[in-house]
Amino acid sequence: MLTLADLGVLRGLHVTGPGRVEVELTPTYTGCPAVEAMSADIERVLRERGQEEVTVRTVLSPAWSTDDITAEGRRKLAEFGIAPPRTTGPVSGPVPVDLAIRCPHCGSTDTTLLSRFSSTACKALRRCEACREPFDHFKEL
Amino acid sequence: MTAALALGDDALVLSHRLGEWAGHAPVLEEEVALANIALDLLGQARVLLSLEGDEDELAYLREERAFRNVQLVEQPNGDFAHTIARQLYFSSYQELLYGQLASEGRSAFAPVAAKAVKEVAYHRDHAEHWTLRLGDGTPESNERMQRALDSLWRYTGELFEPVEALPVDWTALRDGWLTTVTDVVARATLTLPGGPQVGAWTAGAGRQGIHTEPFGRMLAEMQHLHRSHPGATW
Repeated sequence: MLTLADLGVLRGLHVTGPGRVEVELTPTYTGCPAVEAMSADIERVLRERGQEEVTVRTVLSPAWSTDDITAEGRRKLAEFGIAPPRTTGPVSGPVPVDLAIRCPHCGSTDTTLLSRFSSTACKALRRCEACREPFDHFKEL
Repeated sequence: MTAALALGDDALVLSHRLGEWAGHAPVLEEEVALANIALDLLGQARVLLSLEGDEDELAYLREERAFRNVQLVEQPNGDFAHTIARQLYFSSYQELLYGQLASEGRSAFAPVAAKAVKEVAYHRDHAEHWTLRLGDGTPESNERMQRALDSLWRYTGELFEPVEALPVDWTALRDGWLTTVTDVVARATLTLPGGPQVGAWTAGAGRQGIHTEPFGRMLAEMQHLHRSHPGATW
């Protein structure tokens, strides 16, 4: 399961008193409707673990980037059939030569963009030319 | 007028217009794309309007004259080319505007602008690709795209009217916008409209609360549910 930590959207957790926790959460996209579900899940889990007063605060700055998704998160996305985003920030060390987007089903790099917007704002729709399967690509942000 | 209302209303109104395509877009992929763009804009509107007051009250309980969006975003969808022309003009503007606001760290708008500018880059890219495809497509698509660019041109001048308290270099914004749009239009084998960028008979502009006729009908539809059933949720 892809966790919120894998996704890089947890920005901070402060214990402000006995049974009192404040969590900072950042949205992937400004209008991401999943933020409310994430926030509700955080509150529920922390309450189940005995925290009585849980506050989830949305923070925008610094803006979330797909570079915040951990290596483990990328692995899980691919396993789930979603091609992970390529890194966008400055790369330390050698620049990877292979910038193609790999099909999560068969591994081919021969893939074509069908639409920049897919089932959610954060994904693009692609098709693999080798196995002909369509797939979602978590697009770089 | 406050800057949060100006920017928030732009995003809210365009979001609603794009949402009207749901169920009507020419292909499924575009249905999804336009709805996704609308969702991004709605998210931006929520953050921006919340800087000003209660987002629901502002969206659903203000009268037409209290809205501060530019007239461009309230223009009806028209055909697909018309919607794409509106997207090209507006997203090119919004990307440059947010870009400037994002780099002005002391502004209250910097965090939301820094976040939204990355989303808007995809909106502009979407509009650009469609402009190229329609302009350099069939004679029919070329003609419709040209007609759309021409008819919306007179709403573009208002984009560069300075908004009070926004740390923006409006001249640079206008120059950057013109360069971007001119380049896309040329590559799409279309002609940049030559007429004035403001209508001859306008009594003012959206930023002053003066709106075009179709806006009232759009608001009536957008606000109807909340006004008839206050506090309704589902």
